[in-house]
Amino acid sequence: MSDIDQLSQEDRERLALTGLEVGMQNRCGSFFQIDQNVIQTTCGAEGIEMIPIKAALEKYDWVKDYYWNAVSRDKDKYTQYLAKQESPQGLVVIAHEGVKVEMPLQACLFLREEPVQHVHNIFIAREGSEINIISGCASSWQKEHGAHIGVTEIYVGKGAKVTSTMIHNWNPGISVFPRSATIIEEDGTFLSNYVCMQPVNRIDMYPTARLVGKNAVARFSSIVVATPGSTLDLGSRAILGAEHTSAELITRAITTGGTIISRGHILGEKDNTRGHIECKGLILKDGIVHAIPEIEGTLTGTELSHEAAVGKIARHEIEYLMARGLSEEEATATIIRGFLDVKISGLPAVLQAQIDAAIDKAESGF
Amino acid sequence: MLDISDLHVSVDGTEKLHDINLHIGHGETHILMGPNGSGKSTLLKAIMGFGGYTITSGSIVFKGQDITGMPIHERAHLGIGMMFQHPPAISGLKLGKLLAATSHLGADAIEALAQTVNMEGFLSRDTNVGFSGGEIKRSEVLQLKVQQPDFIMLDEPESGVDLENMSLMGKEIAGLLEKDVHIVNRRRSGLIITHTGYILDYLEADQGHVLIDGQIRCHGNPREILRVVKEKGYGECVRCKQM
Repeated sequence: MSDIDQLSQEDRERLALTGLEVGMQNRCGSFFQIDQNVIQTTCGAEGIEMIPIKAALEKYDWVKDYYWNAVSRDKDKYTQYLAKQESPQGLVVIAHEGVKVEMPLQACLFLREEPVQHVHNIFIAREGSEINIISGCASSWQKEHGAHIGVTEIYVGKGAKVTSTMIHNWNPGISVFPRSATIIEEDGTFLSNYVCMQPVNRIDMYPTARLVGKNAVARFSSIVVATPGSTLDLGSRAILGAEHTSAELITRAITTGGTIISRGHILGEKDNTRGHIECKGLILKDGIVHAIPEIEGTLTGTELSHEAAVGKIARHEIEYLMARGLSEEEATATIIRGFLDVKISGLPAVLQAQIDAAIDKAESGF
Repeated sequence: MLDISDLHVSVDGTEKLHDINLHIGHGETHILMGPNGSGKSTLLKAIMGFGGYTITSGSIVFKGQDITGMPIHERAHLGIGMMFQHPPAISGLKLGKLLAATSHLGADAIEALAQTVNMEGFLSRDTNVGFSGGEIKRSEVLQLKVQQPDFIMLDEPESGVDLENMSLMGKEIAGLLEKDVHIVNRRRSGLIITHTGYILDYLEADQGHVLIDGQIRCHGNPREILRVVKEKGYGECVRCKQM
């Protein structure tokens, strides 16, 4: 823990906002990588392993089957860059068969000095297991420029459930390129929550979930704020590749002067599949919220829908609350808080509290 | 309690209310009637201070204080409350949270008040989202019960309410207006817009006014006005002003 102890107070606070619990309260395991150095890997939960990726590839021969499987090495220049690295860093989580742990595991990726941080994570939830992973990604308060490139491959086994919550807290000069994909088997559930409410230069990501087993469920929820100078090009995609699968993509996007491109794509290619995209955008100050929902069905047995709305806060809503005694500022903040209040069913209270804390922190800036 | 003098109100550059004079004393309840589009809601919104309702001349004095240019929330703090006919639905804002934000009451006290209007099951729901007509009215009454204003404006409390709910609403509104308190000690006042007059089955009103084309044409006993309007329509009020 000595490297963690050396972190400045400012950096500790930045990390706390992404969900890092240095003292490990409410966490059953922890992985901490600063730049390219893994400084902590610890896990107290029985049946759960957290191992740096290099060690995992050496320890288990079969881990290589999951390495560059869900995400292709040749996907784009960022994955190619990562694939070229001689010394991959990142985290492998293995939840063994039937192991269910509600207390989250934390994975913290901190960009401090290096120009580029690259990470390759693999989360494997074996049959019937359940895990919650909270990934906090942040840069040091002093870090002016840099890039974070991360590949995350998630495998949700038969009847397993993975809740992945990612909270970003970067700086105005940092660019971020996560490349994630998830494969969900029969009766598996994947919940992905993404929160980014602090300034950043650019975030570019389009995670994909492939639902390959019957009754698989995927739900992506994103809560994002683009401040002036920030460009967030975000999307999520679900491929309903087995019968009785369903997916929901939910986004709440606020601009206070930055640009948000909110993409979404659901492909229904098997019978008895359902999908829905919901994107609500709020323009608080002139900026861009560009919603691009795509729904694509290839047979009669799929039912897909989307709704998108972009606008400002309705004046009559503010005045309604003012008539109850709230000042204009209080009324506005209350409505924004409500707008962002996406309660995600199945989310453990401790993760919801983390999301709420990030919203509370950002709210003071509205 | 409320003194409106020579009030002129414009909406989008068009004058909607002309030369309104209205005095509502402590403990008094007044009824405001008039055909659709005559300016009844405009008057309530101008008293509450909503944007878009420009006072071009005249004044509104509440509890001796000129509130003509005062922001909405300060009027609310002074003791003005309003029951909306068509309140906005605010997604993500739980009714219970709204009630807590607008009062100093604790969760138990709010829950107890909610039970009085059968709204305890709605505290964890988004405010007015997917509420039926009756539920919206009960939500509005609950918000007023939490807010405890001294002067309450009610915009068509009967609309969209079934008979069973009407009885509850009538009793609750009577309670808000302290109708159970002896007239000598009663402090709370009200101004109620009604089309049907059903609300008079549940509470006594002291005065009635008829608003036509942005002008108050008649004052008088509320039941008498109601009877005349029922029998002869609003045309009679137009004539009564002309005489």
